[in-house]
Amino acid sequence: MSTYNVLVVEDSPTMRQLIVFALKRVRGLNIVEANDGVDGLKKISTEKFDLILTDINMPIMDGLKLVSLVRNDPNYKDVPIVIITTEGANEDKERAMAIGANDYITKPIQTIKIIEVARRLLNI
Amino acid sequence: MTDHDKDQQNRAEEFLQVFKKGAEFTHDLLKENERLRYQNLEIEQQLQHLHASSAGAPSEELLKKIEKLEMEKKEILGRIKHVEAENIDFANRYVEIENENNMLANLYIASYQLHSTLDFKEVLQVILEIVINLIGAEEFSILLLDEKTNRLQAVASEGLENKEIPTFELGEGIIGRMAKTGENYFIDELEGYERDFHHPVVCIPLKIKEHVIGVIVIYKLLVQKEKFNDVDYELFTLLAGHAATAIFSSKLYTESERKLNTIQGFIDLMTK
Ligand SMILES: [Mg+2]
Repeated sequence: MSTYNVLVVEDSPTMRQLIVFALKRVRGLNIVEANDGVDGLKKISTEKFDLILTDINMPIMDGLKLVSLVRNDPNYKDVPIVIITTEGANEDKERAMAIGANDYITKPIQTIKIIEVARRLLNI
Repeated sequence: MTDHDKDQQNRAEEFLQVFKKGAEFTHDLLKENERLRYQNLEIEQQLQHLHASSAGAPSEELLKKIEKLEMEKKEILGRIKHVEAENIDFANRYVEIENENNMLANLYIASYQLHSTLDFKEVLQVILEIVINLIGAEEFSILLLDEKTNRLQAVASEGLENKEIPTFELGEGIIGRMAKTGENYFIDELEGYERDFHHPVVCIPLKIKEHVIGVIVIYKLLVQKEKFNDVDYELFTLLAGHAATAIFSSKLYTESERKLNTIQGFIDLMTK
């Protein structure tokens, strides 16, 4: 069975724990956590990921900035990115999708949704 | 571990077992389904072949063979239907279990985070995080009861400033009454609600046994949050108790730390 590297970028420990809890229930994932956009970028530069899940509102560097930077990296132009955020308005969703996110989950999240999205985007 | 915790753990383990068994079961079902479909296709082809080759007068033997194959086909189609029904049943059970799982995860994480620190400010921050992320609220406040003045005062807020929020006399208005009786308040009709500090959407008293130390009041939910579900009510119950004890013990701890520092200061002064 192959392993997939998954990066979770989220400043809230509560949310991070919940996302990781959900992802751990999908077999074959190696989950790495980052506290904010800069931390996320650092991890991306040292390791290759197959899926990235990121919050939008974070200190230091927000999720939208992170998505646009990651998308400009040739190594990451096809890696699926999921935005997880409190912003439920449609224009926020459109903005995130326009800069290259593949999917969008609004808080409060359901673990089943995280599992479903991860399975679908990783094709497992 | 309390009986309740044990019970919770047993439930979680039970769900996990069901989930594992279910996953294997559905895998087998899918395989069986695929096999049957393939078999069905083969029979279909054989039938077509037979029909084609018997374009003239069909022999007795051929007719029998066709009949037999038709029977087999019928039986296989029946089995496929059955397997598909079982699959749907399994998918429904999976969703149900996953909802339970989601609830347990939320509760576990909320209580884990609440008791992860003894720092008063950090405890308040954790409560804010739980209400934003797990409940899905946008404007809300934590009010604590001042035992001397008998008034509730905002100590931490999200989407609002503490100083915007009035203080509330114990027993007065919705918030004061809930703090006095220890009962939860939920607004009847969310639609068309406009913020009124005296009429919140939700008011949850924070209680240690029957003793109320404060309240959580919610004035606005996230746009995508249209109603409360089971997990929210469970979270409110958990917050009522665990947030109260976390606040109380962190306050005690911070106070004793401060006293210790003062005493240490005196000792240093005298021994210098
Ligand atoms: Mg955040």
